[in-house]
Amino acid sequence: MADSVAIKHEASHPALQHHFENLEQQREAASLGMWVFLVTEIMFFGGMFFAYTLYRTKYPAAFASASNHLSLPLGAINTAVLIFSSFTMAMAVYSAQTGKRRNQVVCLALTILLGVTFLGIKAVEYHDKYVDHLIPGRLIPGRPFSASDVHLLPGAAPQNVEMFYWIYFAMTGMHAVHMIIGVGLLSVILFFAARGKYGPEYHNPVEISGLYWHFVDIIWIFLFPLLYLLGRHLEHGG
Amino acid sequence: MKAIETFQLPSAAKVNYINAEYGLKSWLLTKDHKRIALLYLGSISFFFFLGGLYAMFIRLELLTPQGDLLSSATYNKVFTQHGIIMVFFFLIPSIPATLGNFLVPMMIGAKDLAFPRINLLSWYIYLLGGFITIYALLAGGVDTGWTFYAPYSTTFSNSYVIAAGLGIFVSGFSSILTGLNFIVTIHTMRAPGMTWFRLPLFIWAHYATSLVMVLGTPVIAITILLLAFERLAHVGIFDPAAGGDPVLFQHLFWFYSHPAVYIMVLPSMGVVSELIANFSRKNVFGYKFVAFSSLAIAVFGFLVWGHHLFVASQSVYAGMIFSFLSFAVAIPSAIKVFNWTATLYKGSISYDTPMLYALGFIGLFTIGGMTGLFLASLAVDVHVSDTYFIVAHFHYIMVGGALFGYLGGLHYWWPKISGRMYPEGWGRFSALVIFVGFNLTFMPQFIAGYLGMPRRYHAYPPEFQVFNVLSSAGASILGFGLLIPAIYLVWSMRYGKHAEANPWHLPGLEWRTASPPPTENFLVTPVVTWEAYEFAPPEEMQVVGKLKGEGLEVADVSEK
Repeated sequence: MADSVAIKHEASHPALQHHFENLEQQREAASLGMWVFLVTEIMFFGGMFFAYTLYRTKYPAAFASASNHLSLPLGAINTAVLIFSSFTMAMAVYSAQTGKRRNQVVCLALTILLGVTFLGIKAVEYHDKYVDHLIPGRLIPGRPFSASDVHLLPGAAPQNVEMFYWIYFAMTGMHAVHMIIGVGLLSVILFFAARGKYGPEYHNPVEISGLYWHFVDIIWIFLFPLLYLLGRHLEHGG
Repeated sequence: MKAIETFQLPSAAKVNYINAEYGLKSWLLTKDHKRIALLYLGSISFFFFLGGLYAMFIRLELLTPQGDLLSSATYNKVFTQHGIIMVFFFLIPSIPATLGNFLVPMMIGAKDLAFPRINLLSWYIYLLGGFITIYALLAGGVDTGWTFYAPYSTTFSNSYVIAAGLGIFVSGFSSILTGLNFIVTIHTMRAPGMTWFRLPLFIWAHYATSLVMVLGTPVIAITILLLAFERLAHVGIFDPAAGGDPVLFQHLFWFYSHPAVYIMVLPSMGVVSELIANFSRKNVFGYKFVAFSSLAIAVFGFLVWGHHLFVASQSVYAGMIFSFLSFAVAIPSAIKVFNWTATLYKGSISYDTPMLYALGFIGLFTIGGMTGLFLASLAVDVHVSDTYFIVAHFHYIMVGGALFGYLGGLHYWWPKISGRMYPEGWGRFSALVIFVGFNLTFMPQFIAGYLGMPRRYHAYPPEFQVFNVLSSAGASILGFGLLIPAIYLVWSMRYGKHAEANPWHLPGLEWRTASPPPTENFLVTPVVTWEAYEFAPPEEMQVVGKLKGEGLEVADVSEK
């Protein structure tokens, strides 16, 4: 008896889509869908990670030289910003699950703010590269790549320094695109959260946006050491 | 635990998915998986026709040894565009996006795919990718071969490589979204009683296909994107002039494009499993082996791409391993062929049109697969690499395999899709014409290739002419054969005999609802109490279980 009442109650929930039997099934589908999507993202970034690994092995000196020219403080601050944003995102999901609307809104807003901060710092870094003529190829017309500002370690060819920067821009650029999408996604979630759409009964949009956000953070957790911390010891020791 | 009761199905629903709503908008904004399947059916048929036109030019040019019809530059564009359109815009979406879209929810007893809006989005993405590619063709075409090998594509080609690449990049996302939708649907939307081992083998095949789509397609996406940027901005990781390695491009390209062959052929194998079991009226021999062999093909399929690089400076040791793994992928494929054959044994076989296609598939796929073993052998591959032998081999897999499965499935489920029967006599006739035409087209290419005729040239030494004339003659028969179903299937939508709910008297869930089905597929959520391919007296197979107390008043809709 209680069972059928519960089913009726759920069936009348406004968020339940017609083709699902109940909210539980809908939640499972949504979160599995996001996990599968994240798998595709791993494969997408995987192509670039593979290219990175190949050429890092092939041209270690050039990659170390180019890497040493990246700004370690800015990269480190950005890493901290993103890790903290993952914490606020997790708190937003928790607040949605426990029905604390005010906390949820605050945490979402903080997450967005941190995401924008990350992108701002990234823009500063990109600008520094632009000033140093380190934008590879003819991406910027009339401003060709030049490795003259980079301290080249023995055995490093400028051409391969350029390749490092191309991979750097491809990977961080693609990561930044994902961040922008994430900020957009969370803005929509924030809008609905402020109107009280999400509570203990129905919160899967918050949850799966959180999964996405954490994923984008994790990509950065890999990018930071691979791109920034590479061969620092060679600069001073060797 | 609720009690299960059964009820008799109404044979036809007055309100079905086709006549539930009218108007262009009701189609373009539909979220019904069945309507989206039809949208896909229309658009992939268009691309198939376009790809076929290019094939016609290829065969006309090769009728004579001199390059007299097309210039070599035009010929390069023609075979490139034939490949791009057939691979990315016909074969890859063919079965999953039409039959899969239509049937995956119906076969597992769901009302729709898990994400209907994403399903519609995937069609629009496919169209967008198609339009971009058509733009590339109209603007001047692309001449790199469908494989886009660097550095020709990144640096030297003067054709519309970026636009064509962008079209493929975009349409890839439709493939990803379809795969994602299927995986989630099969995991979370199965009707009560529909356990994993009661799933029709069509579903297992689509599950395996979806894994390949989801794991492989993103890799081609990033590869093409990097290639486009490399061409656009002269930055590079593929072009040796920039310190890059063109073999990296080949690795990344084939990491997707070899498994892509399994995207084409696995769904077809799923269709054939259905056809063989149902037209022999027997359970598939070794159901679990056939089910798991689909997954095995999907997994092994990711580990064999290096056999495309045997002559591309890959190390001999890598070559040996890839050769071994390529042989290994033949095992699950052979399991399927043996099990289908064993299913036929002592079956009650009827030779309806779909079954003719299924039997054709087994023969042609076997030839395609066996010649694949030639190519997996390191030494033999050196001899036949880049010859017509390989062209014949992959057409046996892609056309003899994927296309035959697609046509067989289309006929088999046509009564369910359209609510009408196709003309059986014409169906059998055209199946035979297509079979003969196909073999006449591609069998001579094995010989010409083995004797050394290279692929991708518009002119060739005169001693190969006899094979090319045979091949071109076969192609015209094949083209004629393909026109017949195109005509009578359209004809039957209006004039065909009305189909019963279960015209073939089969146990599958999709046959236990009206033809064409109502918008939500089933009047009540069915409860599955039978195994896959469990044949019973016809009257029992009209019946579906339901949870006791679930409202049957919905069923009245059909009787009004």
